[in-house]
Amino acid sequence: MADSTLIKGGRVIDPSQGLDAIGDVLITDGVVVSAGAKVNDAPKDCKVIDATGLVVTPGFIDLHVHLREPGQEDKETVATGTLAAVRGGFTTICAMPNTEPPMDNAAVIRQVLDAAKQTGLARVLPIGCATRGRKGKELADMAELAAAGAIGFSDDGSPIADPGLMRNALSYSTTTGLPVINHCEEPSLAKDGVLHEGWVASRLGLPGQPAAAEENMVARDIELVALTGGRLHVAHISTAGTLELVRRAKERGLPVTAEVTPHHLILTEEWALGTIEEGAGELTAPDKFAPLTNAAYDTRAKVNPPLRTEDDTEALAAGLRDGIIDAIATDHAPHTSTDKACTMQEAAFGISGLETAFGMVNSLVDRGDIDLPTAIERLTAGPARVLGEAYQPWIGTLKPGASGDVTVLDPDTEWVVDSATFASKGRNTPVDGITLKGLVMKTIVGGRLVHEAAKANA
Amino acid sequence: MPLSPLSRDARKGQKMAQQEKSIMTGQEMRRALTRIAHEILEHNGGAKELVLLGVRTRGVPIARRLADLIESFEGETVSVGTLDITLYRDDVHLRGPLALEATELPVPVGGLRVVLVDDVLFTGRTARAAIDAVIDLGRPKNIQLAALIDRGHRELPIRADYVGKNIPSALSEDIQVRVAETDGKDEVVILPDTASPQTTSEVER
Amino acid sequence: MATTKVAQEEPLTATAEAEASPPPVPTSPWQHRHLLDLDDVSTDEIATVLQSASAMKAIVQRDVKKVPTLRGRTIVTLFYEASTRTRVSFEAAGKLLSADVINLSASGSSAEKGESLLDTILTLQATAADLLVIRHGHSGAPYFAARNLTRTAVINAGDGAHAHPTQALLDLFTMQEHLGSLKGRKVLIVGDISHSRVVRSDLWGLCKVGAIPVLCGPPTLMPWDLLKGRTETPGHPFASVQVEQDIEEAMRDADIVMPLRIQKERQDAGLLPSLREYAQQWQVNIERLDRLAPNALVMHPGPMNEGVEISPEVAHGLQSAVETQVTNGLAVRMALLLLLATPQGGLNG
Repeated sequence: MADSTLIKGGRVIDPSQGLDAIGDVLITDGVVVSAGAKVNDAPKDCKVIDATGLVVTPGFIDLHVHLREPGQEDKETVATGTLAAVRGGFTTICAMPNTEPPMDNAAVIRQVLDAAKQTGLARVLPIGCATRGRKGKELADMAELAAAGAIGFSDDGSPIADPGLMRNALSYSTTTGLPVINHCEEPSLAKDGVLHEGWVASRLGLPGQPAAAEENMVARDIELVALTGGRLHVAHISTAGTLELVRRAKERGLPVTAEVTPHHLILTEEWALGTIEEGAGELTAPDKFAPLTNAAYDTRAKVNPPLRTEDDTEALAAGLRDGIIDAIATDHAPHTSTDKACTMQEAAFGISGLETAFGMVNSLVDRGDIDLPTAIERLTAGPARVLGEAYQPWIGTLKPGASGDVTVLDPDTEWVVDSATFASKGRNTPVDGITLKGLVMKTIVGGRLVHEAAKANA
Repeated sequence: MPLSPLSRDARKGQKMAQQEKSIMTGQEMRRALTRIAHEILEHNGGAKELVLLGVRTRGVPIARRLADLIESFEGETVSVGTLDITLYRDDVHLRGPLALEATELPVPVGGLRVVLVDDVLFTGRTARAAIDAVIDLGRPKNIQLAALIDRGHRELPIRADYVGKNIPSALSEDIQVRVAETDGKDEVVILPDTASPQTTSEVER
Repeated sequence: MATTKVAQEEPLTATAEAEASPPPVPTSPWQHRHLLDLDDVSTDEIATVLQSASAMKAIVQRDVKKVPTLRGRTIVTLFYEASTRTRVSFEAAGKLLSADVINLSASGSSAEKGESLLDTILTLQATAADLLVIRHGHSGAPYFAARNLTRTAVINAGDGAHAHPTQALLDLFTMQEHLGSLKGRKVLIVGDISHSRVVRSDLWGLCKVGAIPVLCGPPTLMPWDLLKGRTETPGHPFASVQVEQDIEEAMRDADIVMPLRIQKERQDAGLLPSLREYAQQWQVNIERLDRLAPNALVMHPGPMNEGVEISPEVAHGLQSAVETQVTNGLAVRMALLLLLATPQGGLNG
């Protein structure tokens, strides 16, 4: 007997087919049967989810997640990371290979996939290392990694610094058709910088990373794409200058894609100054010229690449709207409290981002920087396009035959971020205690309801 | 933790609103000081080896007045200094945050007759602190104490050598000495009920 | 207080009450539980510290230097970086005020065994430290301490390249002692501006008292991000700061010149071609001293690298205030310890 779920009466937004209409979504045996049209002949024992007044979209895809397993299970596991994902509306997440040991061979890839099969609530697509041991010396066995299920190659956390090696990575990866995902940061410019090189870092007496450290390597990589014909996906772009470089690369017709994180779209360097608000705060940056308080040196705002300036966030939001940026990716980087309960220079880089992503992105919709269908596109069809044609009919879409991955949203509900309630082990977020608008109500993976917002929030 | 108590002026404003009673007029104050000046001279057999140290803050102008009076009687200049006793208080843990003002000595006190001058003698704790402060400055021949008002309620075995006026008071009352130099006029007033919460926790947030 | 009426009838009971709520005294405008930097310290507060320091200096110079004020208070100096003058200055200040002073340095403490800063400061708080004087190579460490301590007050004795507020206060004290009002006075700071915590705190202090800070040094050692757009941006705290690359020009009519220590590491990091070239271009030497205003003072936060940023003749010359700065540092720190160890309502109030 068929197992069916009917999501009724919601505003169905599926950018992959230009769909934005009140209607139903029917999933049978884990596969989308129809989306948008009103379903009058639902199977008899069909489970029904009432989505009246809510927004129904394809399950979100996150191209950039650190699951930490194997090796750093105190920070996150596949089980906790995928639970955090579905709470954030993500039904597919791409796992970065900076595990211990790193995913530079088929065995570790299979280990992660096995863990995902056994304990994962969301689909996990592993990314293989670009170089052996992430050491930046010699290429990883890319073909073997691809065969084991890798969807791209990256040394994320570290750049592929050697230009010659990057050239070879881009060239060799063409045999797999998969992108090289580079964390662009020229080491001799970024040095030991912990924040964006700007007013806040200088004010706080901290070493900064100049925007040029990122732009320098993105510019290099784009020319290497032109040289080799390899596919480049630029991870977490953070500056207006990088956006311009990607825009020009796309105009040249080069196979270059880019992602941006919610925090680089919305938060700025000032967040490191800290806030001392009691109760629920707002998503506005601290005053850059105000005297410091005890809350200063907020390590929760330490992330790599660093939070930049308002000029950058504005440019990135425009780039997201215009499609220069293909995807929103969280760069979910969970850490333990110990990793952050220290000085800024000692603290680990990273923000736990899965569970706040939609609320953050929706703030751009709320203030009119981008419309909701476009934002949804960058969370669904956009990242599917980066993954490639093999994935596009399957995820990030509600076309018939696609996997039954659905996210149900309430863009109008306001909620206060409470990291203590996170599913992720990583409670490290600068927006803890901040009021966000836009809540993930339900998440369905392969027709199975895996997340439902608590009534108190709804 | 409140760190911003009202300023003294603001407190004074609060108290002005209550009923205050004059207990010494300017004329009476000047007479009392004249008498004290004479007593100091008599007791010390003149103005030689004498130094007057005014205890901050109201003791300072009173010490100057006494010195002027002595000078007018004897034709001899008397040294006047000021003493900040903050560092010798026994209630440092209840006050604060504490800053220090200058202690100004016209001459080293060693071997001299030191007259400490304060406006009001109350518990005796200020006088005790002042004695300790002087002793850390040198070894005077002796230390004497002059107060314009003695309101009683001593908590230490201390008495004044020279008193302008004895005024029996209740602990809850506050006695304020005003001098022309800092307050615009000479007078002493008594303010009722200053130990009420108004002047402490509530008023100071 | 409900005991007012009882007090009138039973003086003995009331004595205890009077002790608990002392009569009004002139209170200082000091508003801080911790001293982390000068950015949030008002001009009045600075004046309070300097006035108090002036009175403290008189105590330092008399025969009996020790006063009983902070008996029973414990001050811990926790130094993660080597320091002689600052640590000794705090220790002497604490001892002259009769506090118990415990000195801890990173070597020889649990930090060497890998204990975290958080655990270390919580341990010190639990051992009844009333005041924690902390020096750390990482900017913001004192803020981290202040955020995590509920009973212990924190004094920043230098954090990374961020701040050194007690040095800035002793600098202001030394300048004011020599020049009187600092309003409109030209204070030239020369050298490695961008890595200097002294400069950052000095800038806050100098701007607040109305002096005109002038910064001079190699472009690789200038904090451009701190100064960018300062004249056009409303509310920029460093709007009055001037930058002059040419030292000859910068020294013209300056009331104070303060060369900063140039570290060999800067050459190693490629920020300077050589110390020799630095000395040629930016050294404060006797020939350049002529350009200063009459009665100008040479100051240096120490330790000096004689022959590099300052010539020996100038370092030990008539216009040098280097030793005065050390004495003044003691007085300023005594004033600060008194202010911070005597919070309103008591330390645990």
